[in-house]
Amino acid sequence: MEFAQLLLGGIATGCVYGLVALGFVLIYKATEAVNFAQGDMMMLGAFFTLQCVNADYWGLPFWPGLALAVLATAGVGYLLEAFVIRRLFGQPQFAVVILTIAIGFVLRFLAGFVWGHELLTLETPFAGRNLSLFGLAIGLDEVFVVAMTVAFTSALYFFFARTRLGMAMQASSQNQLAAYYMGVPVKRIHGLVWALSGAISTVAGVMFAARGSIDPSLGLLGIKAFAAAIIGGFGSLPGALAGGLIVGVVEPFASRYIPAGISQMMPYAIMLLVLLLRPNGLFAQIQRKKV
Amino acid sequence: MRIHQKTSYDDDINLFKDRYQAFWYALLVAAAVALPLLLDAYRLGEATLVLIWAVAGMGLMILAGHTGQASLGHAAFLACGAYMEAWLNNRGVPFLLSFPAAGLFAGAVGAAIAVPAMRMSGIYLAIATLAMGIVAEDAIVLLEDYTGGVGGTSVAAIRLPGMEIDRFATPRAFYWLCLAVAVLVALGYRNLLRSPTGRAFVAIRDSEVSAKAMGINITRYKTLSFFISCAVTGLAGALFGHYLGAFNYEAFLITVSIQMLLMIVVGGMGSIHGAFFGAIVVGVLPQLITAARQQITLHAVPGLDTGIFAALLIAMIVIEPLGLYGQWVKARIWLELFPLARRDLFRRQRSYLKTERLK
Repeated sequence: MEFAQLLLGGIATGCVYGLVALGFVLIYKATEAVNFAQGDMMMLGAFFTLQCVNADYWGLPFWPGLALAVLATAGVGYLLEAFVIRRLFGQPQFAVVILTIAIGFVLRFLAGFVWGHELLTLETPFAGRNLSLFGLAIGLDEVFVVAMTVAFTSALYFFFARTRLGMAMQASSQNQLAAYYMGVPVKRIHGLVWALSGAISTVAGVMFAARGSIDPSLGLLGIKAFAAAIIGGFGSLPGALAGGLIVGVVEPFASRYIPAGISQMMPYAIMLLVLLLRPNGLFAQIQRKKV
Repeated sequence: MRIHQKTSYDDDINLFKDRYQAFWYALLVAAAVALPLLLDAYRLGEATLVLIWAVAGMGLMILAGHTGQASLGHAAFLACGAYMEAWLNNRGVPFLLSFPAAGLFAGAVGAAIAVPAMRMSGIYLAIATLAMGIVAEDAIVLLEDYTGGVGGTSVAAIRLPGMEIDRFATPRAFYWLCLAVAVLVALGYRNLLRSPTGRAFVAIRDSEVSAKAMGINITRYKTLSFFISCAVTGLAGALFGHYLGAFNYEAFLITVSIQMLLMIVVGGMGSIHGAFFGAIVVGVLPQLITAARQQITLHAVPGLDTGIFAALLIAMIVIEPLGLYGQWVKARIWLELFPLARRDLFRRQRSYLKTERLK
């Protein structure tokens, strides 16, 4: 029973990691850049929602408030791409890494400036409500988290596999110049991808906030999402989710059965192991590299 | 504008292009040596810290700037050096032995990490080193017998033959020691770059496959690069430990690693000057912010330093990817060519990205 309870909590946390990882992978898949500020985008999304929903602030109803926050974070993502990231178009990947790290620092600073550094709790309609099923206590928030994740992942999967826009995103990732020649509006596509990624990270942030409290350093959670994305292999959407689930499930079991001090290393240990055995992730897409 | 008539092959790799350049650098070193006579104890401490960061930055620069292997976990090697130095020093080993030992230890750890890191490149390497940096934080706490765990450890004065150097008792001597280390490391770095080893590093950075085709043993040179880089960072760590006096794992958090990388990017990737410029920015910026705050009586905002530093960094990367050193070179060339400099002299070549993924 304890086992099942741990597993359930792990899956719910894993879904949050998976969604943040999905945000990374989305940007990587479409623009070949890695967004180290993804965790901070998630933090920003959670704070936007808090601003809209909490009674101390604007006090909107939950769902319209969430929609507003998603739009706002998507806007931030779009503007970041349009005014900052786009300037680095065609420069080495590494420059974007440094740039997004710096953006993360700035976002964290701004959030701390606006909302302070204390722990805040997001008011959600499903906080503290439990369903009981076969003797297991299942939080409504956990159900919400898993359902949202499944919905988002399948929607994204079909988006990339079936729609014109998804195809255009893949094309612009594989070869920017060729995509231009084929009439793909590469710049606009990049902006849209950043907006989409911002929207997803808002959902991830809200899911995390629904199960605990938030503060501006929440973005550091992004590092665990990195571990998830690496385990799954950058560039694979189902892989990102699987990686997130692995990290999420391993964590509670490690802290239960492995002495403290070693247990919190486990996600990274798994990631390093995966990198050693399969340097490009479990769902690898890089086979060989051209000069 | 000076025209160089090259009359021997050595002209291409000489330490200094001509006597004028050598003169300016000699003047710079002389000014640095004379600096303690002008500054009070507090500012001298800040200047010492700048030198220590410059050494650490040079260490990271060898790996990130000249071998193209980004490391987001270099604070771990800073920690290796600091803890090894503290451990040896507290057991009565003289500084002339313990200091190189600290560097060698950090280098050995780095070389051990290079073996798995060899299989990765680009983003994967950056994230793997990030994870190693985080694991190192926990490892420091776990290795309580050697590191003092959460409580940390303290390190006694530096024992040199005939004298003892302590950061607080003899700040000038400590400054000169750090300056000597920084100058020696910079000279060694410069020599490394003009040797076949340094050229192999740069070749690996520019294209690994091409370097392999030219007969460079990638495994060997990457391991060597990790070793040298981590050893130099370890030396900086040993000095940093003496600078702090007492420290625990919080001095080597993952944010320190990231700050180190941001520092050399601001200074200018791929140049020794860049490490020094970056260290100066990291050292001077908080002072400037404090001074500015006194002027406009700004409320104390937590994290303002980091916020401004990051904003500056964003501006820097967008406007000038070569960092402060790039600006410096441009200004110098503009002056040297005056009035012949052209607008498009430094125009950047655009390139388009192709994926490394095949599916």
